[in-house]
Amino acid sequence: MLTLTCPYCGIRACETELSPGYEAHLKRFGPTSTDEEFEVYMFARKNPKGVHFERWRHTYGCGKWFLAARCTATLEVFGTYPAQVSQPPADIIAAIIKKRPDWKGYA
Amino acid sequence: MSNPAPASALNGAAFTGYANIREIGPLGMITLRAAPDVAGLAAAITAATGCAIPQMRDIETAGDRRAAWMSPDEYLLIMPHADVPAALDAIAKALSGQHHLALDVSDARAVFAIDGMAQSVLAKLSPTDFAALGPKEMRRTRLAQVPAAFWVEGAPATVICFRSVAQYVFDLLSHAAKEGTQI
Repeated sequence: MLTLTCPYCGIRACETELSPGYEAHLKRFGPTSTDEEFEVYMFARKNPKGVHFERWRHTYGCGKWFLAARCTATLEVFGTYPAQVSQPPADIIAAIIKKRPDWKGYA
Repeated sequence: MSNPAPASALNGAAFTGYANIREIGPLGMITLRAAPDVAGLAAAITAATGCAIPQMRDIETAGDRRAAWMSPDEYLLIMPHADVPAALDAIAKALSGQHHLALDVSDARAVFAIDGMAQSVLAKLSPTDFAALGPKEMRRTRLAQVPAAFWVEGAPATVICFRSVAQYVFDLLSHAAKEGTQI
């Protein structure tokens, strides 16, 4: 069971109060992009064993979308942060590196 | 054609167990959506309910009126059903020219009062950490399979849910409050 703290309302919400939104920080490719770019945007997803960034929605609470960094192997949560960013904030990166010194970084 | 008098969802259904469940209402409710930095927001909430602007997750009370924090840009104002039009006018005046939305949602909701061991009843149905609940907090969460919100401050505790699931929530609460099932 995952417990994520919603950065908008501060509630430590268990998984059953949240809805998953899958991979975070996707860059959208629209009608003017190439087929290859669109295919990657549409279908290619990371599937790491380890540090992963995800979107979650606090469905049964304040209703806001937020982002979370967690480990897919241990379910350890490194932190959650508001969704108005295009890449993980520095404090989240620092928290991950502290616990996973051999992490290759966000790419 | 005249409008029928407002009716609550379950006609005041009641259940007696180790806690007593009672459907109350109809209550007047206004959803007020505005960014927290909108000028006049606090004044609008005070004009409509007499309450101070609620802080994160809190519910403020002034007599029979309440103002609750729903999300960073949403508030729920609760008042007697007949006072809704006047409150909407007061909000429109206080926020005129500002980007906001105020809507009468009284008929979208059902409200229940739990008299007695409310925490024991609600703890069976929602994943709420009651030890972490603030003194004035309104907790938005789920009751079994449906969204709901409750506050336990003062007695009786109050539960709000969507009107469409009123019977489901009443059945849940009644079942959880059955005599002999205290936790």
